[in-house]
Amino acid sequence: MQLSVENLHVSYGNIRALQGVSFEVDEGEIVCIIGANGAGKSTTLRAISRMVDPEPGSRITFQGENLLDSPPDRVVSRLGISHVPEGRRLFGNLTVLENLKLATFARKDRDAIARDLERVFAIFPRLAERKEQKSGTMSGGEQQMLAIGRAFMSGRKVMLLDEPSMGLAPLLMRTVFDSLREINQEGTTILLVEQNARMALQFSQRGYVLEHGHLVLQGPSRDLLDDPEVKKTYLGG
Amino acid sequence: MVFFLQNVVNALQWGSFYALIALGYSMVYGILMLFNFAHGDIFMVGAYIGFGVATGLLALSSAAGVALPGWFVLVLTILLSMVLTALVGVTVERVGYRPLRGAPRASAAITGLMIGIILETGNLALLGARRISFPSLIETATYNVGGVYVTNKKIMIVVVSVLLMIALHQFIHRTRWGMAMRAMAFDYVVVPLMGVPINTIAAMTFAIGSALAAAAGILFGVAYPVLDPYMGIVFGWKAFVAAILGGRGSILGATLAGFLLGFIEIFVAMVFPSTLRDLIAYSIILVILTFRPHGFFGEPHSARLRL
Repeated sequence: MQLSVENLHVSYGNIRALQGVSFEVDEGEIVCIIGANGAGKSTTLRAISRMVDPEPGSRITFQGENLLDSPPDRVVSRLGISHVPEGRRLFGNLTVLENLKLATFARKDRDAIARDLERVFAIFPRLAERKEQKSGTMSGGEQQMLAIGRAFMSGRKVMLLDEPSMGLAPLLMRTVFDSLREINQEGTTILLVEQNARMALQFSQRGYVLEHGHLVLQGPSRDLLDDPEVKKTYLGG
Repeated sequence: MVFFLQNVVNALQWGSFYALIALGYSMVYGILMLFNFAHGDIFMVGAYIGFGVATGLLALSSAAGVALPGWFVLVLTILLSMVLTALVGVTVERVGYRPLRGAPRASAAITGLMIGIILETGNLALLGARRISFPSLIETATYNVGGVYVTNKKIMIVVVSVLLMIALHQFIHRTRWGMAMRAMAFDYVVVPLMGVPINTIAAMTFAIGSALAAAAGILFGVAYPVLDPYMGIVFGWKAFVAAILGGRGSILGATLAGFLLGFIEIFVAMVFPSTLRDLIAYSIILVILTFRPHGFFGEPHSARLRL
């Protein structure tokens, strides 16, 4: 297993966001976690990227190594795990190119950076057109492309995606997910959390269902799409 | 007219001190969302370190029997003191502020006040209550330019200040560390997701701010060669005013506001008795802030997402 989460507990003050979540992601997979708003999906990703501290007893390992030993920036720069956060969180005061370059802050491989940059511009030609534009002035779809492009530049082994479909028109959503599949086929493992369960399950190979901080269901995404409970709760009947 | 120009020259020098100190205030505030109220005292520490370095260099050169040119000693003093004061700033961040990250902002603010008091009284304990004269490194030369008197020191102070400001601007806009600082000013929380070690950037921010304050301290010592442990307090508050007036985290804003403060003070003193200087000057600034509460280059948002 490339990424393994065991018995993950996270609390925000008195609120217990995650109560013993365990799952695994294998190299090259596309795995999704679906669930309602507030189920703990974003918290799961934040725990992996070390933006929140899990409680004692939680274990997260990456390629057999204890991920919790690494500070957040090292999770990205050393382990190669990138995180597209909820709401994209671009640096609106920086240009598109600067946003992409900042993501390579800790990288020393200049040639590879140049290649990756070209690759991002090939996947998202719109970003190349808007290279010198301040990212805060772009449309929602373009911002999502940049958020993904930025993650692509920062760490390539695993990409954590928090609601990539949010706020996107259906056609744009297709474009974004097609690009993600392309990135996955080049070897990046993808773990995404989505409220748009149908989109997520169609896109992924395996899925987990998170409810109130517990994983309640798991299986191949195809099976989950046919599951009566999932249908009723998450796919609108 | 000559009288007016004379005051412009004086205001440029006076404003340089404010601007250099305000830059450090503004950077720390903009990038780390922190009011470093010890910053005025860092200016004082910088002046004293400058005194120590200059005195040491002069003693060394006379012991070695070489007469170093004053300009050379001054440049070396500025550079060495900037480095040493940067280390002081980094220590302040590491010991005082970093443990309080995530604590209520008020705690960090009073930490600044306490560090300030510690630096003042520490200095007092170390060197005693006597005032100290900054060594005269360069001879004053006065030039008469069409009736306006300009000294080589004034020119040097303004030129060095402007050079440092340009260097800072280049650093912020041309290097990846500068880019990381701009990103942190926009959204602190997600910067680590870019693989950026934010502790390093925070330390660097303090280092740069402190180095600029040290430069201000030495330039001040060159112009007004009497140092005392409390010299940083009023300067610190005024530079803080300039930083806020410039707009949150705006380098250009802090610079311009620093010079503006210098101009207002000098020109108020040109018309009114000097005892009324600050009363009138800061009433004017109060009125400016009433109309521009976010300062010159501040944005009226700041309701940024935080985890």
